[in-house]
Amino acid sequence: MTVTTLGIPRRLLEFTLDGEPVRAPEGTTLLDACRSAGKDVPTLCQGDTLTPKNACRVCVVEVEGARTLVPACSRKAEAGMEVRTDTERTRHSRKVVLELLASSVDLSTTPEVAGWLKEYEAKPDRFGPDAARVDEEPRVDNDLYVRDYGKCILCYKCVDACGDQWQNSFAISVTGRGFDARIAVEHDGPLTESACVYCGNCIEVCPTGALSFKSEFDMRAAGTWDESAQTGTTTVCAYCGVGCNLTLHVQDNEIVKVTSPHDNPVTHGNLCIKGRFGYQHVQNRD
Amino acid sequence: MDLHFGDSKPTDEERAAVDALLGPPESSWEGADRSDADLRWARGGRAARERRDLLLPGLHAVNDRIGWISEGALDYLCRRLTVPPAEAYGVATFYAMFSVKPRPATVLQVCTDLACAAAGASELCAGVEARLGLGSGVGVERSPCLGLCERAPAALAVKAGDPVRTAVSAPATVERAVLAASSPGSAPEEPSAALAVPQAGDPSLMLLGRVGVVDPASLDDYRAHGGYTALRQAFAIGPAGVIREVTDAGLVGRGGAAFPTGRKWQATASQPDHPHYLVCNADESEPGTFKDRVVMEGDPYSLVEAMTIAAYAVGAHKGYLYLRGEYPRALRRMEHAVGQARARGLLGDDVLGQGYAFDIEIRRGAGAYICGEETALFASIEGYRGEPRSKPPFPVEKGLFGKPTAENNVETLVNVLPILTGGASAYAAIGSGASTGPKLFCVSGSVDRPGIYELPFGATLGELLDLAGVRGGLRAVLLGGAAGGFVRPDELDIPLTFEGTRAAGTTLGSGVVLAFDDTVPLPRLLLRIAEFFRDESCGQCVPCRVGTMRQEEALHRIVERTGADAAADITLLREVGRAMKDASICGLGQTAWNAVESAIDRLGAYE
Repeated sequence: MTVTTLGIPRRLLEFTLDGEPVRAPEGTTLLDACRSAGKDVPTLCQGDTLTPKNACRVCVVEVEGARTLVPACSRKAEAGMEVRTDTERTRHSRKVVLELLASSVDLSTTPEVAGWLKEYEAKPDRFGPDAARVDEEPRVDNDLYVRDYGKCILCYKCVDACGDQWQNSFAISVTGRGFDARIAVEHDGPLTESACVYCGNCIEVCPTGALSFKSEFDMRAAGTWDESAQTGTTTVCAYCGVGCNLTLHVQDNEIVKVTSPHDNPVTHGNLCIKGRFGYQHVQNRD
Repeated sequence: MDLHFGDSKPTDEERAAVDALLGPPESSWEGADRSDADLRWARGGRAARERRDLLLPGLHAVNDRIGWISEGALDYLCRRLTVPPAEAYGVATFYAMFSVKPRPATVLQVCTDLACAAAGASELCAGVEARLGLGSGVGVERSPCLGLCERAPAALAVKAGDPVRTAVSAPATVERAVLAASSPGSAPEEPSAALAVPQAGDPSLMLLGRVGVVDPASLDDYRAHGGYTALRQAFAIGPAGVIREVTDAGLVGRGGAAFPTGRKWQATASQPDHPHYLVCNADESEPGTFKDRVVMEGDPYSLVEAMTIAAYAVGAHKGYLYLRGEYPRALRRMEHAVGQARARGLLGDDVLGQGYAFDIEIRRGAGAYICGEETALFASIEGYRGEPRSKPPFPVEKGLFGKPTAENNVETLVNVLPILTGGASAYAAIGSGASTGPKLFCVSGSVDRPGIYELPFGATLGELLDLAGVRGGLRAVLLGGAAGGFVRPDELDIPLTFEGTRAAGTTLGSGVVLAFDDTVPLPRLLLRIAEFFRDESCGQCVPCRVGTMRQEEALHRIVERTGADAAADITLLREVGRAMKDASICGLGQTAWNAVESAIDRLGAYE
């Protein structure tokens, strides 16, 4: 949800955003305040249903008096703050951070990033042809979803969704450190030997396509994946009585993947294995 | 939480290593045989999860006994603590001293960092590797700074078993390092800590006065040399009085950030949330730093006393001493000192009969520079990956286990003793300007008498180097360690104060003074610094994770180049460095470019 949920009445804080006085309820993040004020601050790792991890550092803004830039996604607005979102300093950091990312992983399936690279005049190639990249083969070890760490920006959203924030399966975490840090299951084994329950909530929150439905992965490989030809239909899951919302993505009269609306107040985009992957019966025409 | 465990079983030895730490399992829920009672009750849940902080000690227990951590051992530990195996695997792979792949029971870590590199670490490595090849049963690993810079080059041998054996070889020759690795149990005792203090015995020393004078194993000797008078004084003036004295003395943190200690303590003490914690940061991993080690080895009770005073001031009843894993002797000395203090009523439920309860738990790090960052240190103690958190909230409000926490390093804490025994005004009279009191400096590199020096703030860099006997042909001095900056030989009149170094456009950092003569190839040195940061980045945020890699790559490209050939890469380095400084989560990423930048700007490293 990009709109701040109001909940119980909260005090309004006054602060300055790019020279303009603004008011926001106590507890609002700078990113939410920016969006309410119609300002576009790019972000990759921020998730609308998760606590911000502020790992990508694309959304950094300048706060008067702070020694370094601050991440807008997690920093709360304070009364009297002077925030600047579009200075030479913030643009420089965003540009370099985008370059660092784009030079080290494959962002071809990350929405919006191509536009930001252009907007900030980022040139990921300038680190040379020998710049280290995360070049890993996609891990295809089950029929439901694929892990392609060559596209992973380590935003931690899948870890948080699998862990204490949603699913409580704790099947994935970050291993190693530095440039060698990777998302992995226990003992870095195949998914099938892990604690994964195939809810697919990690795919739901993945911002880069590093986690994707096997159906999408296969169609992309075959060159038949065409988002513009897809329709999305939101319906109610028929498996049990909870009433989770499903959005069926249909291409050529076939369901190609299933997501769930994040603004649903009960499920916030989360599903179980049946809702997420158990759609074959719908199109079983034999 | 629905935990899933694989089929791997621990060996008897692995099980014994874990059980020695946690006690035998009581129920099949945590790895014992199934009993009738198991059908009726489930052990685990919250009570077990609250022991999550025993994960790091548990990993140490297995790694110490076996030499590495197998799937079965990790799963068993997870079962005992109800920790998800994926998370524990993430923690185990975070630390350099652990291995999740089989390796020889004996590992020889050869330090390749700045002081050791200048003292011939690469020849040492090559020689040791030639002697300890395949089949020798010893794994040779290149290590970041082992904190033995005054005796460079250094090597540390660790032989897994029950008990684990360690041996330090410094200054190391191929011969001695190989000997230490082949029989760490019978290696000769390290030289006394006092040998690292060239001024030892000087009665005017306030912080190092007891090093080499007292028996570090004797509490009575410590008391005979003025020990525990500061704590008595603390009880006499009360917690608020202690904070007032420390504030009036003008003590600021010695770990590098120079934050006013009194203000930190006041902010912690006044938090309504309880319990409060005291954490002593003894994870000095800054290349070139070894002062905390020498204090802990030479005068361990002073730290126990100082921690007790700090805890009393901030209202904490539990203190953690987070000691870096590469310091086996400091660990032994501190364990002994804490045990003796406890046995004699100087720790425990009723400290000095004053009705105040305080105890210290020692936590051993496992090889991660980032764990010296205060919030990363909390995560490490709590049993998570040592990743820093973003601030605010600050530790005084939400620190260890989410509770108000005062964290200070060893040097800062031991300064509290002379403040209380001599009074705030006498202390504040020492030093200059905003930098009051004495300061410890770790001098190493191209000097005749490397070691720790205690000087009042305000002495110049030149005066300090004169004491240490700088050798001819001085090319550069690195101030503040890898996260600090280089200065030129014509800048030796820089006053060693926080404000003086700032005015000179550099930093005092943790007090590292590394001298390099003109035989040291500067570009190689810078490359080593870049390698260090790339190795030690936790990987959480993009500017640091990828930026440190790009920095190392650029320095590799220009290691043999100068002038116009290096210009494009230097521009690249500047742009990346600026973003790292501005956008990284914590101090590691923010400072990773400082030393290289200063070498380019002040030393003209690539001209």
